[in-house]
Amino acid sequence: MQAFTTLEGFAAPLDRANVDTDQIIPKQYLKSIKRTGFGDYLFDAWRFTDPGRMGMTPNERSLNREFVLNQPEYQGASVLLARDNFGCGSSREHAVWALQEYGFRAVIAPSFADIFFGNCFKNGVLPIALDAAIVDELFSQVADGLELCIDLAAQTVTVLGSEKVFEFTVDPALKQKMLSGMDDIDLTLAESALIEHFETGHRERQPWLFRD
Amino acid sequence: MAQTLYDKIWQAHYVGQRADGNSLLYIDLQLLHEVTSPQAFEGLQLARRPLWRVNANLATPDHNVPTTDRDKGFSGITDEIALEQVLTLDENCKKFGVEQFEINDPRQGIVHVVGPEQGATLPGMTIVCGDSHTSTHGALAALAQGIGTSEVEHVMATQCLVQNKAKNFAINVSGRLVPGVTAKDLVLAIIGLLGTAGATGHTIEYRGEAIRALSMEARMTLCNMAIEAGARAGLVAVDDTTIDYVAGRPLAPKGDQWDRAVAYWRTLVSDEDAVFDQTLDLDASQIAPQVTWGTSPEMVSGVDQQVPDPDAMSDAVQAESARLALDYMDLQPKQAITDIKLDRIFIGSCTNARIEDLRSAAAVIRGGHVADNIKQALVVPGSGLVKAQAEKEGLAQIFMDAGFEWRAAGCSMCLGMNPDQLGEGEHCASTSNRNFEGRQGYGGRTHLVSPAMAAAAAVAGHFVDVREFG
Ligand code: SF4
Repeated sequence: MQAFTTLEGFAAPLDRANVDTDQIIPKQYLKSIKRTGFGDYLFDAWRFTDPGRMGMTPNERSLNREFVLNQPEYQGASVLLARDNFGCGSSREHAVWALQEYGFRAVIAPSFADIFFGNCFKNGVLPIALDAAIVDELFSQVADGLELCIDLAAQTVTVLGSEKVFEFTVDPALKQKMLSGMDDIDLTLAESALIEHFETGHRERQPWLFRD
Repeated sequence: MAQTLYDKIWQAHYVGQRADGNSLLYIDLQLLHEVTSPQAFEGLQLARRPLWRVNANLATPDHNVPTTDRDKGFSGITDEIALEQVLTLDENCKKFGVEQFEINDPRQGIVHVVGPEQGATLPGMTIVCGDSHTSTHGALAALAQGIGTSEVEHVMATQCLVQNKAKNFAINVSGRLVPGVTAKDLVLAIIGLLGTAGATGHTIEYRGEAIRALSMEARMTLCNMAIEAGARAGLVAVDDTTIDYVAGRPLAPKGDQWDRAVAYWRTLVSDEDAVFDQTLDLDASQIAPQVTWGTSPEMVSGVDQQVPDPDAMSDAVQAESARLALDYMDLQPKQAITDIKLDRIFIGSCTNARIEDLRSAAAVIRGGHVADNIKQALVVPGSGLVKAQAEKEGLAQIFMDAGFEWRAAGCSMCLGMNPDQLGEGEHCASTSNRNFEGRQGYGGRTHLVSPAMAAAAAVAGHFVDVREFG
């Protein structure tokens, strides 16, 4: 996994609550057996005016010029500014893969849906929950160009060119994992003895759970 | 200390802490399907890791299998990329030795219908699947959660999930549902009250007289949509209904093991004085059949109500969401729900495609016929075994005589990954669980309802109150 330490970049706004993973990456693009190739279809039904197919490139599509991410000033943004309950709905990790491949490394919102939130941490994308009032303030500045510096170790979001620094909370273990970019499976397999010990007892307590 | 049902299952599966401080939860069963498993299997292979415990996995293709031409097996799949996914699942299962109900196995079906049906799902288990509606299995007092593909790979390799413990949310439902009102209406009403993020970070336990009176299949409908209220898992405590349901299922324990298991399962109830972090109380008898009018499951009203007026909403974000939704759905504020005209009907999905659902829909049709303005009415059973049972009971004939298409098992138009999709702008009465924009097809407009409500709407051509229908 790609580590996340600090990120300097500018933000793009998506001013909608309850953005679900079907919007982030529609189902017609889940028909892949790979982890890559989803960025071109991020927010597909909003970004384009035509129904697309897996394999089509953005050049072959008709762009929805009204959609915020298509506006010139937001090209190259690496922080997505969003509203409450971002990433609700399906568990598809493809949603995070699509955001990441499109270029987003962090999402700032007042709240996130659980499964999406966890999936972000598996892929080096940092979900940052800030107070709704702060998110409102960021939304109000984004049109004039909002450059941010996110420092995970310090747990701060700094608005560049102003004195503003916002602190955020993050689970210490998740933070450590993001900072190091360590493989989650290796971390767990290091505890194999613990797992085996548990499994032996579990088998004695509930033998019917084991068909082997 | 007094424990909730969730606390008990958590404790029984708590392995310990990793060096980095994360908790490990042992997983008893992982269900696999073709869409979210290929990248996980690939990851294992690249790292040359084996499955930790092969028999803790069970697979079936469901999301993009076609619902026609199933006797042709793989060659019935016309979409090349869908075929590649289904074939990849098949190859991976063979390579890793995972048990699979293949595309033409009579036991194939939607994972969340198949698990309980086979007795693979047992009370007190921890279950995961790369699908958010894994919460369904909580009806059997199993802690069942949807996970992402990285987590699928992690469970494959370690049999553990890295997770923090959730909070406890009690939903207490008193009274009884009135005839014509189902578990689907109850759960939609709950989501309407809680909102789609209302239970985020919590495990829901559905409790109370109304829940005890529900069948297992109705409880599955209820737990299925816990995720739509933001909860990763929903639970119903063990009672006689649970034990009777599990008894005799192919993978359920037998003999001595059965007696031992039942004795343990009886303890899977929240202690009398257990404390919940949040509670919601409601009276089942007050609930009307529900219909969603918007693009999120929380945008729901009784069938006897009107589409709400965004201008009358006090919360600005909510009003704006409602405006966007009504625009997408092409509905007017204050329009009667019963005035919503329909183009297609979908009876299916892991929410409502079990045998009782089909019985309740068929009972409403009673010799009626699909209205002229309905372009297509589909019935897609949740599994091959549900299909066979419905055919044996004569339900399939009732549907076909009424003008419904009778299909083979799969997710189908619930998410339209296979050819069953809504056309642009079409309104659909659907028994599935998500009315998100484009979910059932590009530009499609979904209204979530119970099977009985969908059947009545099929006959009338628009929504009608099933309590007064016929
Ligand atoms: S029926 Fe629908 S909700 Fe259920 S598993 Fe299939 S796609 Fe998901």
